[in-house]
Amino acid sequence: MSLASVPIAPRASAITWRFATVAKVVMETPTARTLFLDVPGWPGHRAGQHVDVRLTAEDGYQAERSYSIASAPEDARLALTVERIDDGEVSPYLTDVLRVGDRLELRGPIGGYFVWDNVLSGSLLLVAGGSGIVPLMAMLRHRAAALATADMRARHRVPARLLYSSRRWEDAFYRDELARLVQADGALEVAFTFTREPPEGWTGFRRRIDRMMLAEVAWPPSERPRVFVCGPTPLVEAVAAALVDLGHDPALVKTERFGPTGGSP
Amino acid sequence: MNGEALRLDGNAAAGILSEVFVPDLTTAHATCANCGTIRAMGALPVYAHGMGTVMRCPACDAVILRVARTRTRLWLDLTGARLVVMAAAAPAVA
Repeated sequence: MSLASVPIAPRASAITWRFATVAKVVMETPTARTLFLDVPGWPGHRAGQHVDVRLTAEDGYQAERSYSIASAPEDARLALTVERIDDGEVSPYLTDVLRVGDRLELRGPIGGYFVWDNVLSGSLLLVAGGSGIVPLMAMLRHRAAALATADMRARHRVPARLLYSSRRWEDAFYRDELARLVQADGALEVAFTFTREPPEGWTGFRRRIDRMMLAEVAWPPSERPRVFVCGPTPLVEAVAAALVDLGHDPALVKTERFGPTGGSP
Repeated sequence: MNGEALRLDGNAAAGILSEVFVPDLTTAHATCANCGTIRAMGALPVYAHGMGTVMRCPACDAVILRVARTRTRLWLDLTGARLVVMAAAAPAVA
């Protein structure tokens, strides 16, 4: 790798903490909900980036966690989908306590590495485990927004595939929207796998993501798909290793792990 | 939570590093002082402890960067990075 290839995408100023106001709340699953936020002064983001959220207790104690941005850069409001972690310090407040009109302290957008915004680059392969779907959904929403014009659709032949692992059907985020996106976009395919309870009559995958599943869903390495993998650390490491084993270029496989506390994106 | 460090990616360290660096460090490339491997910092394994955040070299496992926050101080140890190359901040308007 040459150091002259360091991407030139400078940030003009430091990232500052700012207050967001909750404008809308949508339940996604029994344990996850999406917060739609109004953020005065928000500088915009790229699909795949995250924010840090900071809570301050009355005694001054602060807890800080990272959450991936779910909304596309084109969307009117910043959206975060937060999964409740039972013994978490931050997520139960975000999923159970916070109401429309409440304020929340955040900073961002953060991270320029796990980012996809070139709609006309190569095939896009997304692999998600659980709430790891969130930044990948921002990419699919961005893709849909970018391809919304007839001119873009006409020029566009770049396909996208999502492989999404959940425990149960009801744990999968954005099910209706994913179905709509697939219906509207002939170049998008979505495959689910369920590791605990597939829906009744399910004929698709019903196991953890493995090498054989990836070989079936992914394009051949010769097609050089751009790959983004996000989910719990064990899933991300297994998927990344299997993809490299199948012959994919490690430089094209970008990962975002979140730990068992769900504290990071 | 158990006492083990969370194994994450460079992305996870981006927030605290943004308190030190204006350019985005996840797209910066670091050269490991121990073995010379060069990687985008967003791709480095990160271990998040209660004590702070440690970025390691994926090739030799040496510590490349440590950053920690106490109540009034940020602590940054970059002795494990021989070189860090990042995009220059946008030039100031004249």
